Amino acid sequence: MNLSDFHVTRTSPAARIAALLGALILIVLIAAPWWAGRADMRLMGELFLYLALASLWNLMAGYAGLVSVGQQAYVGFGGYMLFALTIFGGLHPLGAIALAGALGALIAVPVALLIFRLRGAYFAIGTWVIAEVFRLSFAQVSALGGGSGSSLPVGIVKSLAASRSGREHLSYWLALGSAVLVIAAVYLFLRSRNGLALTAIRDNELAAGSLGIDIWRTKFIVYVVTAALTAMIGALIFLQKLRISPDAAFSVNDWTAFVIFIVVIGGIGTIEGPIIGTLIFFLLRETLADLGTIYLIVLGTVAIVIMLKAPTGLWGLIRSRFDIELFPLRFRVKPSPQSTKG
Amino acid sequence: MEWVNVVVQGTLLGGLYALFAAGLSLIFGVMRLVNIAHGDLIVLGAYLGLSVTTVLGLHPLLALILVVPVMAGFGYVLQRGILNQTLGKDILPPLLVTFGLSVIIQNTLLETYSADPQKMNAGALETASVSAAGLSVGLLPLLTFGTAIAVIATLQWIFYRTALGRAFRATSDNPEIAQLMGLNRRHIFGLAMALALGVTAIAGIMLGIRTSFDPSIGGGRLIFGFEAVIIGGLGNLWGTLAGGVILGVAQTIGAKIDPGWQLLAGHLAFLVILALRPNGLFPRIDG
Amino acid sequence: MPDPLLSLCGLDAFYGDFQALYGVDLQVAQGEVLAIIGANGAGKTTLMRSISSLTRNRAEMVRYRGEDIGALRADEVAARGIALVPEGRQLFPSLSVEENLIIGGQIGRKGPWSLPAIYTLFPILQERRHQQSTSLSGGQQQMVAIGRALMANPDLILFDEISLGLAPIIIKDIYAALPGIIGEGMSALIVEQDITKALAVSSRFYCLQEGRVSLEGASATVAREEISRAYFGVA
Repeated sequence: MNLSDFHVTRTSPAARIAALLGALILIVLIAAPWWAGRADMRLMGELFLYLALASLWNLMAGYAGLVSVGQQAYVGFGGYMLFALTIFGGLHPLGAIALAGALGALIAVPVALLIFRLRGAYFAIGTWVIAEVFRLSFAQVSALGGGSGSSLPVGIVKSLAASRSGREHLSYWLALGSAVLVIAAVYLFLRSRNGLALTAIRDNELAAGSLGIDIWRTKFIVYVVTAALTAMIGALIFLQKLRISPDAAFSVNDWTAFVIFIVVIGGIGTIEGPIIGTLIFFLLRETLADLGTIYLIVLGTVAIVIMLKAPTGLWGLIRSRFDIELFPLRFRVKPSPQSTKG
Repeated sequence: MEWVNVVVQGTLLGGLYALFAAGLSLIFGVMRLVNIAHGDLIVLGAYLGLSVTTVLGLHPLLALILVVPVMAGFGYVLQRGILNQTLGKDILPPLLVTFGLSVIIQNTLLETYSADPQKMNAGALETASVSAAGLSVGLLPLLTFGTAIAVIATLQWIFYRTALGRAFRATSDNPEIAQLMGLNRRHIFGLAMALALGVTAIAGIMLGIRTSFDPSIGGGRLIFGFEAVIIGGLGNLWGTLAGGVILGVAQTIGAKIDPGWQLLAGHLAFLVILALRPNGLFPRIDG
Repeated sequence: MPDPLLSLCGLDAFYGDFQALYGVDLQVAQGEVLAIIGANGAGKTTLMRSISSLTRNRAEMVRYRGEDIGALRADEVAARGIALVPEGRQLFPSLSVEENLIIGGQIGRKGPWSLPAIYTLFPILQERRHQQSTSLSGGQQQMVAIGRALMANPDLILFDEISLGLAPIIIKDIYAALPGIIGEGMSALIVEQDITKALAVSSRFYCLQEGRVSLEGASATVAREEISRAYFGVA
């Protein structure tokens, strides 16, 4: 055997099958308005938005080492921007969502400059302070209802689509589209030069620095891009809810605790993890939701046990057993086809 | 005079924040652990105090005799049972585990005590005040501030004058070599968490006497404590007191301008100091 | 031969996937001074770490006073009377000189070593006792590191590269003090790159090469060519 008997590849049969299956599932999901009931579509829409939030949080914490417990800052910011831009700016809701993303990126720049001064775990609490500042600030804006919040006027809601079912279909497709967009963006980003740099940083910050990777800049880009996308998701979330208040918009439980549990349970630092985590989270929620607070206690306990006993999450367990990767990121060395006979 | 009063009230409020911060600062100092559940543990301390006062009919300050050792014992078990397993180079496990713990504590309190706001009754202490130089100062805030000074002085004494403090510092400096001195790192960390939660119990009871509380307020207390630590400078306990005072004064000044501005003013003061002096006002200088 | 104080039986040691020691067998008798020599990366420091349990082993690989101690925690091994003077001294920077010594004695074993005894051995440390340990010169820091280990009144003391980074004159002083230190029935393992120094203070030696014992013998009679061969692995 010599070296030419091998080739380096990212894909594997499992990944090709997964891509095919994924495309099929996607088509079925796009067609949901023709086969799913109203309640199911609502649930699925919510699921896709959580999937998008979880994938974004995973990009930050699992790849860039930026553990934030303050992403609710951007969810709430996006939600409030949707309301402000449509009500006072007269924008179409879809335009407002896009602009909310741009504004989210804009405000994330000074925020990052400030909280990047905090290291590690203190960075995490710093992000929470920022979210509190956002919450308290929006509670001061009386035009948006102050502390009690406000509703989206009927005219704006109707501008989305005339019929109720038309609006529901559209917001379902937007949620599905945002989940697909976010996962695709994360996947492509991780395959890019910057993404490889990120993986290098995660594996060894010191070594990556000595290889000339600008760690600060890479993390900064991830933070700002994540903020923009999170703000857009936030705008979508509150376009579905039609009502916003500071406590709902900047809820640490809804937009950060659940998201963290999803990622930890599914498998942090993998693209597949958030997908599995979201499915399990909604499965648990739909079966245990009647338990109320007990459900949260169970969720917290599961997350702790997984973090201690299987820190790579469920997907990590699956991957270590079967060595599969649905989103091929790693390079593998394979025997070349013509040399399979020895 | 009005403004002098605002500053005095803010300073005394800072004592409470320093109590929030002391436990956080201590465990970071010894084992580089940042405990996201710290605020919820403060609230847990307040609820334990509430139970003790209602069941035994004790004065809240006397409840400390029971709540402090219970919380300390809980801290030791928590550290040895769970948190020791999370310590290492990776910051994710301790962060996420303490985050999970925060959710568990918060919801267990909700399940046990409901979401209704509670308050401890400290009798005449709540309204008593002393007047001097035209200023009227509540006895309770004064007592809280005095407690903060006493707690920090005691921690300082433990750290720099006792065998336990030597073990804390040695383990913090170099956990591996400290083991060669016969120190069991897991036990030492357990003791540090016990001490931290003992202080947390005091903070919780002072909080519970001063204001009403409910299971959801832990996050806010964690943030105040954290801001005091960062403003004062990491690893400096007296700096933490100063940080608490700065935060308290910023909040009372904010509240004076507009009641809605109280918390915001505190956070903004923190962000300004973070922007100008990222290492805090009084960073510890290592030799 | 009576039961040795310490014996290593087929000791393997790993750093992650990298194997640093392969089946090392070694005995130290009561009161004996052994030298461990070998090139950089031969596994000398790993050997020290394994004996003091900073690197965990299988229980039966390290036997001490008739007890299998390989799987104990480092603090449990220390409590049994094995002290290490680690490579690079590794003093506690936030402790003063005197506190560094006191914490060494915190283990509470009885014996000849106490603060006054250390100050008699190294008078300069008494003068500097309230200073931060990091403000001392390299040689003085090495004295603190040795004193800290002695304060535990160990039966077996491990010296890992105590001359590393020190001026020759200081090294001479420290080695001059060694017989007085080890004299009291204590056993010692001395890891050293300076072969002449190591052989001069020891009765027997082991030479490590790429994680294996390549030569062992009496320090006084070994031929230099034999050591060179075992040291560098040249035929």
